[in-house]
Amino acid sequence: MTDLMKQSPLGTWVGHLKKSELAYQVCTDNDKPFFYPRAVAPETGSSNIEWRVSKGVGTVYTTTVVYYKGEAPLNVAMIDLDEGFRMMSRVEDIDPLQVKIGMRVKLKVHPGDDKTLPYPVFTPAGDAP
Amino acid sequence: MSMLKRGSIAVVGAAESDLGQVAPHTSPVDLMAQATMRALDDCGLMLKDVDGLYAAATQVRMGPMQLAEYLRIRPKVFDGTQIGGSSFMTHVAHAQMAIQLGLCEVAVIAYGSTQRSVSRAAASPREFNPYESPYRPILPISAYAMAAARHMHQYGTTREHLAEVAVAARRWALLNPKAWEKEPLTIEQALNARMVSYPFTVRDCCLVVDGGGAIVLTSAARAKTLKKKPVYVLGIGETLSHAHISSMPDFTVTGAAVSGPLAFRMADLQPKDVTMLSLYDAFTINPILFLEDLGFCPKGEGGRFVAGGAIAPGGRLAVNTSGGGLSYCHPGMYGLLVMIEAIRQVRGECGARQVKDCDVALAHGNGGVLSSQCTVIFGSENTL
Repeated sequence: MTDLMKQSPLGTWVGHLKKSELAYQVCTDNDKPFFYPRAVAPETGSSNIEWRVSKGVGTVYTTTVVYYKGEAPLNVAMIDLDEGFRMMSRVEDIDPLQVKIGMRVKLKVHPGDDKTLPYPVFTPAGDAP
Repeated sequence: MSMLKRGSIAVVGAAESDLGQVAPHTSPVDLMAQATMRALDDCGLMLKDVDGLYAAATQVRMGPMQLAEYLRIRPKVFDGTQIGGSSFMTHVAHAQMAIQLGLCEVAVIAYGSTQRSVSRAAASPREFNPYESPYRPILPISAYAMAAARHMHQYGTTREHLAEVAVAARRWALLNPKAWEKEPLTIEQALNARMVSYPFTVRDCCLVVDGGGAIVLTSAARAKTLKKKPVYVLGIGETLSHAHISSMPDFTVTGAAVSGPLAFRMADLQPKDVTMLSLYDAFTINPILFLEDLGFCPKGEGGRFVAGGAIAPGGRLAVNTSGGGLSYCHPGMYGLLVMIEAIRQVRGECGARQVKDCDVALAHGNGGVLSSQCTVIFGSENTL
């Protein structure tokens, strides 16, 4: 049971990120993983929710490159994590146009700064399984 | 939707407000009111006849309230459902419920936007999403771009196929005196235009202009007594699949695969019966996805279906004859204008771009990031 008077779903998630962990939730009524973090599980409406930490390995589901004026092109991608949930992210340490659908990627936590909370990004996983 | 009766209501009035770039300080409600009076003039009804009012806009949080105040009317029924660009198709469904139940007799659906004048950022500010905003997608463009990229990967759709959609829209626009774009466009120009969010160049993206519109609906019985030939509502289907692109179940399948069959079932029609399609083309991938999901070609074949000018003037299927959101007008929530073109085609009012014997026209609305999908099928008296 999530007690919203004490802890929010986003707050818990960010707490994990501060430890360089990518957390997600599973509804223990139907054993389905879900993302983004919620106080109530989707479909079941259940509050039987368990937090888990992802291994941080996934596959690019789709990708785009955004062009802001006066800035280097920036990747935006959807990542399917091996645990069975999907999230928006960015694949770094590679030419953004070379990020390909089906590419294996691994977690790297962006530390954030004064304005931004830490957030998860990915890098090419190379030969990782 | 099963309680909605095929042909129980009809569109009797339809009009755009001024389009393009309106005078400084024009308000979205100015445009709604202007379009409302034009649509009433179109059918010969008066403001005092209006007892149902439906409105939505990104710049006006409480649409029906603001428009009612502006016009100084007190509608008996009102609704401001806001699900993005397809809101107005949903308003048609809600107006049909109200008219069938006798809650109101004459319903107006209105929209206005000054997004070109005030800037898109001011007209449609994005909500912060801690799970998406840090990655700086250009929304909504990047969401549709990622759907296109997945479709290209999965089905072999190409950037040339996307460009075909833009070129077809431009060729139709050149036949529409009200269209914003006045110059021809080639496939090469579309492909070589400024990249915005890969695979989309600026030519894969809709216009950013001011504009609005209104339609007037009433019972089939009353519609027969008015100035213009009634355009009957034969079928409606609507669905929501997500709000944020991260939560879209399959980026290559839209809710049109749900809303389309619902609308066709109510209309007792099939895709082969449709003479003309008005598809919400905020981006070039949209008509490709909707042609597939609405049953006009198999899943995955949309790119090849539109190739070779197939949806351009003289092609095998008339799609977006106004020039669409890509070349005619896109004020931010384009759904009302999507319906107005379909209505005019059924009336036979489209001049150089008129589709011959257009008895059935399908208008498909899209909202958010492929999130809300609503299909309305309109028909002439011959279809009753």
